Amino acid sequence: MAALPVALPVLVAAILVGLAPVCPRRAADAATLATAAVVTLLCLALLVRSLDEPVVYWFGGWTPRDGIALGVAFAVDPVGAALATLAGVLATAALTFSWRIFEAVRTLHHGLMLVFLAGIVGFCLSGDLFSMFVFYELFSVAAYALAGYRTTDPGSVRGALNFAITNSVGAILLLGGIALLYGRTGALNLAQLGQSLATGPADRLVVVAFLLLMVGFFVKAAVVPFHFWLADAYALAPTVVGVLFAGVVSELGLYAVARVYWTVFSSPLAETDGLRGVMLLGAVTTALVGGVMCLLQHHLARMLAYATVSHVGLTLAGFALLGPAGAGGAVLYLVADGMIKGSLFISVGIIDHHLHDVDERRLAGRGRHLPWLAALMVAGALGLAGMPPFGTFLGKALMEEAAVETGLPWLIGLFVVVAALTSAALLRATGRVFCGLGPRGGAGTAATRSPDEAAARHPHVHATQVVPAVGLLAGAVAVGLAPGLADEVQDAAGRFTDRPAYAAAVLRGAGDLARAGAHPPLHLGGPALLATLSALLGLGLALAALLPERLPPRLRGGVARAWGPVAATLRGLHNGSIGDSVTWLVVGMSTFGGLLVLVVR
Amino acid sequence: MSHLPYVVAAWLLLVGLYGVVTSRNLVHAIICLSVAQSSTYILLLSVGFERGGTAPIFLDVPVGTKAVDPVVGALALTDIVVGATVSALLLALAVQAYKHHGSLDPERLGREQD
Repeated sequence: MAALPVALPVLVAAILVGLAPVCPRRAADAATLATAAVVTLLCLALLVRSLDEPVVYWFGGWTPRDGIALGVAFAVDPVGAALATLAGVLATAALTFSWRIFEAVRTLHHGLMLVFLAGIVGFCLSGDLFSMFVFYELFSVAAYALAGYRTTDPGSVRGALNFAITNSVGAILLLGGIALLYGRTGALNLAQLGQSLATGPADRLVVVAFLLLMVGFFVKAAVVPFHFWLADAYALAPTVVGVLFAGVVSELGLYAVARVYWTVFSSPLAETDGLRGVMLLGAVTTALVGGVMCLLQHHLARMLAYATVSHVGLTLAGFALLGPAGAGGAVLYLVADGMIKGSLFISVGIIDHHLHDVDERRLAGRGRHLPWLAALMVAGALGLAGMPPFGTFLGKALMEEAAVETGLPWLIGLFVVVAALTSAALLRATGRVFCGLGPRGGAGTAATRSPDEAAARHPHVHATQVVPAVGLLAGAVAVGLAPGLADEVQDAAGRFTDRPAYAAAVLRGAGDLARAGAHPPLHLGGPALLATLSALLGLGLALAALLPERLPPRLRGGVARAWGPVAATLRGLHNGSIGDSVTWLVVGMSTFGGLLVLVVR
Repeated sequence: MSHLPYVVAAWLLLVGLYGVVTSRNLVHAIICLSVAQSSTYILLLSVGFERGGTAPIFLDVPVGTKAVDPVVGALALTDIVVGATVSALLLALAVQAYKHHGSLDPERLGREQD
């Protein structure tokens, strides 16, 4: 049963590609969509089943003997299953959206999408480090192909090449780390690895292996400075693919960081202030760089790509607190945030489909006839800001509480600022595209086509385009409002971060983990105020960008002087060059390694 | 066992990465990536190597015969398959880049977009 959500899409993909010459287009569409929906339901069923005890499935019946893992296992816990379900939901939404768009030959595209989904689900359910690597490569290869699907667009091809090369380097490092760990312990099963490493101290080999594995996953997660490949790859991919990229792929890297840290390394590299500091450094840099870059973009999809980077930073901050409370908040945030970004990506896809452009300057005022789309974008922006009732609010509240408990209350400031930056970028774009606000000029070939003309060319928007965007937002709200979900998440996070319990469940079948009991009620008043502050700050920034003439001239001049050099430097760094991207990877790895050596004593 | 294989693995990784970073030709960059990838084959195999060990086929040999670790062999084989897939895909993208845009220089590809 646990292997079905991986096997099914691979099988359907093979059949679809085999039947490509004779299969009618609608049949292929329907089969793909149905498969994605079934995978979602299967993952949801696994999620529900794993709430009480982990679902462990040993391939070929090779169960452990005397607590030693012999075979390869899927070990499903609520966190992994939730992520797999998120991938399924996003795939279903994206395929629904593409029902009436993307008229090109699509059987191969569908095959790739299904393999991509299968890889993601396998990655989330795996309980074995090498299987994680294989699934990582499986979904990555499918992702490279999908990112470069529009081969006539040079930016898209370059993005795909940068994506593929940088991520392959990450995969090579990851495998190096796996080889070192295997050499030390003779094990590949996560639980077994953790048990073997728990008997010794953190010597050099363990630290190097940790470094290699983390960097491998940080590349996928797009943690700064491993993120330079992301914007071109995500922003120039077809919308259908972008929804999954922005919604779940980076999150998978973070999930793997957390999973591997807690199951394998948490004993030799226990949660010390030093390790926490190093991880938080990465998280804070990522959040701020992503946020500022997001604000600097005019290409709507690129904006969302950088919003992904900055929210990866926020989520990593939750995990980097190295405690169950932070991890729980991070997981909840990640799921809700994934759905919101998916919805926003679909909205951008609708804009692209109807107005044939995704640059907010050229689109200025051309979206006036689509007020409902503006509403969707504003809702998404509020979701990114972490406003209740979106699930991002609950996740952020949990993370903020964990930050205070860990003695790092300044993190709350980071959450407020970063959420404000990303929502400001989106609100600014919404104001410009749908209300025509903002200074004109620059790329001014713009509004030659009147709104009526545009409307006339596309008389109506199909429900298949709107429903998935609304549905994903509704999903994010549902995550925020579901009664008792916060407690469930905290329980799940408690088990996610409990290495001995995980090992016992996987290796000895000792399920039936002690529930943490009642959690203290969350105080949501403070976080709600902070979220409102974020949203207001975002709105203020957006208005300041749209109506600069209303600002006092001295303030305007000061901001321009301070902001200009920062913007120019950051823009210059993010030039999409493949060589630069790999250089930064090496620089980042050296820095991270140096810091690790300093803090692990 | 000597440290030589580990030194070779590290060397291959560094040389490969240097090639990727400095490359001005996509095909060259992709080959460099393969070079970096081959460091993992050597690392894997040397981790499981046993001096004087036979192939891990336990038929007609006495119990306790020394053999190299079969698992790393399987891992290396999987890795080779993955590497071949990635290289093939990257080369296909490079072909597309050349066909549509007439250049294999990664620095010139899609520049006008910004």
